[in-house]
Amino acid sequence: MNTQLSEAPVREAATNGPGPAIRLATLPAGGAAPTVDAAPEYVVELRDVSCYYGAFRAVRNVDIKVAKNAITALIGPSGCGKSTLLRTINRMNDLVPSYRSEGQIMLDGQDLFAKEVDPVAVRRRVGMVFQKPNPFPKTIWENVAFGPKVNGYKGNLNELVETSLRRAALWDDVKDKLKQSGMSLSGGQQQRLCIARTIAVNPEVILMDEPCSALDPRSTLQIEELMAELKREYTIVIVTHNMQQAARASDTTVFMTMGEDRAGFVVEQGPTAQIFTNPRNQLTEDYVSGRFG
Amino acid sequence: MTTAARPLTRHRPLSERIIEVLLFLSAAVGVVTTLGIVAVLVFETLDFFVVVSPIDFFTGTFWSASILPRAWGVLALVSGTVLVAAIALVIAVPLGLLAAVFLADYASPRVRTVVKPILETIAGIPTIVLGFFAVNFISPQLLIPLLGRNNIGGFSALAGGIVVGLLITPLIASISEDSMRAVPRGMREGAYAMGATRFEVVRKVVFPAAISGIMASIILAMSRAIGETMAVLLAVGAKPQFTIDPTESVQTMTAFIAAISLGETAQGSIEFKSLFAVGLTLFGMTLVLNLISGWVVRKYRTAY
Amino acid sequence: MTVANPTAPPATPVAPRFEPALMRRKLTGTIFYGACLAAIGVLLLALTFLLIDVFRRGLPWLDLGFLSGVPSRRPANAGILPALVGSFQVGIFVAIFSFPLGVAAAIYLTEYAKDNWFNRLLQTNISNLAGVPSIIYGILGLALFVRLLGLGPTSLAAGLTMTLLILPVVIIASIEALKAVPDAQREGAYALGATRWQMVRGSIFPAAAPGIMTGLILAMARAIGEAAPLLLIGASVFVTFLPNPLEGSYTVLPIQVLQWASRPQADFQGISAAAIIVILALMLVLNGLALVVRARLSRHIQW
Repeated sequence: MNTQLSEAPVREAATNGPGPAIRLATLPAGGAAPTVDAAPEYVVELRDVSCYYGAFRAVRNVDIKVAKNAITALIGPSGCGKSTLLRTINRMNDLVPSYRSEGQIMLDGQDLFAKEVDPVAVRRRVGMVFQKPNPFPKTIWENVAFGPKVNGYKGNLNELVETSLRRAALWDDVKDKLKQSGMSLSGGQQQRLCIARTIAVNPEVILMDEPCSALDPRSTLQIEELMAELKREYTIVIVTHNMQQAARASDTTVFMTMGEDRAGFVVEQGPTAQIFTNPRNQLTEDYVSGRFG
Repeated sequence: MTTAARPLTRHRPLSERIIEVLLFLSAAVGVVTTLGIVAVLVFETLDFFVVVSPIDFFTGTFWSASILPRAWGVLALVSGTVLVAAIALVIAVPLGLLAAVFLADYASPRVRTVVKPILETIAGIPTIVLGFFAVNFISPQLLIPLLGRNNIGGFSALAGGIVVGLLITPLIASISEDSMRAVPRGMREGAYAMGATRFEVVRKVVFPAAISGIMASIILAMSRAIGETMAVLLAVGAKPQFTIDPTESVQTMTAFIAAISLGETAQGSIEFKSLFAVGLTLFGMTLVLNLISGWVVRKYRTAY
Repeated sequence: MTVANPTAPPATPVAPRFEPALMRRKLTGTIFYGACLAAIGVLLLALTFLLIDVFRRGLPWLDLGFLSGVPSRRPANAGILPALVGSFQVGIFVAIFSFPLGVAAAIYLTEYAKDNWFNRLLQTNISNLAGVPSIIYGILGLALFVRLLGLGPTSLAAGLTMTLLILPVVIIASIEALKAVPDAQREGAYALGATRWQMVRGSIFPAAAPGIMTGLILAMARAIGEAAPLLLIGASVFVTFLPNPLEGSYTVLPIQVLQWASRPQADFQGISAAAIIVILALMLVLNGLALVVRARLSRHIQW
């Protein structure tokens, strides 16, 4: 029973690589980067974080450690507060009028919730890629140059635009049409443009909120390959509904669910392979096996 | 761009504060405008009421600002205004609503692209042009041949009302059409499924559901008709009188204000001051109508 | 058959009878449809007659001399250059003042204003201002710009007055354009570390620019066609020279039309109609301009 249930996602992953269990256990997607076994360095630490919309508590008492140069996946059923939590890390939810949060989020030893911290400055170091690609209604070049410009970048913008587009694996597609609208690209290309735009400001952490949910399978795969490439230099936190994606692409998985009070909480976190093949908690097992959610 | 060079704390730049203040001040221009309008009208009117009794002003039915003996019964101007607005509504309400229904429920997309621009063109015509049309076409080539030279002159409330009606028809049509189109398709389909004809759907489903927008459009159009100046200035003549006869020449409040400004009236004179009292009356009437229209929209807004 | 026959068997219960009377209902519907068509026909007819009447009277008078001449007591010599220049001056002042003010106010109300009573008051006030009769703005302009600020009856005072008149229109159009920009655009800019103003300037404004500029150009058309407030700002004089915007008299096209149309002679009606043709042509140009600007500014926008 147990084996059968936990096989489902693994079998899916098998189509993309060698023996899935082996791959997951020994070689996190992307290859040479630090593995989860080595004592990891943590970039972001959430300590007892709770999130509220008005009187409603959406997320309660979350503790998560995000390892450097790794991909951390947040999975869980709809409405369990994954996106809320993600949008708290770069203080994006500060824009929601009734929103407030408690606890601490440490970035390099500084608490992002501290009074003197400016959310704008936080977002310069913690970038974000959204569910639906949202390029600006400007040229491709201007889309990438926007972030560096607002952050007072003094170097050669053309070079930076090119490097960013190359890193986002988009350069070859667009190098002849940098003056065209960012919105004229295909969905997958738009999302890679948004990733290029994000890395152009050289953040330490990139948050991805279901970045592939609006894309076709081919584009999804391209984005996943890109993530594996990007984690050499960046730390990535991704919210995903797609368990296969979490299993394929992430190093660490955090499973969240909703309590009786409809507040989301973390059930279990650990190396992706362990969460998917050998979950410690029944709730996790039910979810990853597809019995719930 | 190293981490050390990018602290998380940062004072919000002064320029951001300044920009926000400038934006706020721009938004506040509207309030200043309103206060300015009220202040000017009230102060100058009080000045006028030192000379003329407000009771005579608001209850009198004779108005003669320039010719002796002077009379300051604003009801003469109010009646002219209301007469013209009423004629305009008699014309514009059926025309506007029929056009709205046609656009919302009958016209194919292709027909819409032809009919919409007709309405928009009429809405975009400067009102002085409609005044010209009243004097040069509506009166001499439509009303006089129809009613006879003895019954109607070159200037009449009717001629003014007709062109003002033309002017406010697009307003009624477009607001009403918007609220009819906002009625969900499901409500229409429900009625069709019970065997209703298209006309029955329009009359029994769409119309009642869109009634708040329709009422609001009519009240707004009334306010617009009362405040219209250039079209009536040419069309209705300049004879302030308390009448409900549409074939008579009248003077509206706006036309009086315009006539005083056009003339050689000295700015300190009592005639000139009466302009503000008439202005305040006009402002009050349109304000009440605008508030009612807003209230109707809020009160009867249907949530689909 | 008023007395029921007691011996007759009780009527068997039958399904309620429907009498759809489809013929009659369809006929009513057809009549109504006919009325709709008639209404559209009346409007189309009125517009056609108006244009025919204006062109029939005005075209013979319309030539280069009319465009470059100055008003005269003899219709044959009369021209509209001062009025044309006056209208341009007023139009340009309106654009200069209402663009920054209107857009800034709209940006404040959509992007900055918190939801409190004062900001709601600002918003309500703007929609109420849109319903104030235009001539009332003339009274305000007379008191504020002509007298209080001492600008005199000049085209500058006229431009400021017309700015106040069309500002609500510009603000409402701009607010609609800004609200139509998806929130994803705002978040995209914020996520890159943009401040609020950087977000507005770099992302939201360009996205809303087509709607904002269209609204502005159409408002300018309205300012050029509307003349009632300017009656109080001294536009009603006989001007035979090109107006200086800061000093001395001016006039505008609609007022020139009014003055000529108020005279009984057919020739004056003729040059009045010719001036109307010029106004209508200006309206057409501005509407065309709005289309072009809209297409040009939206070339990067697809949503």
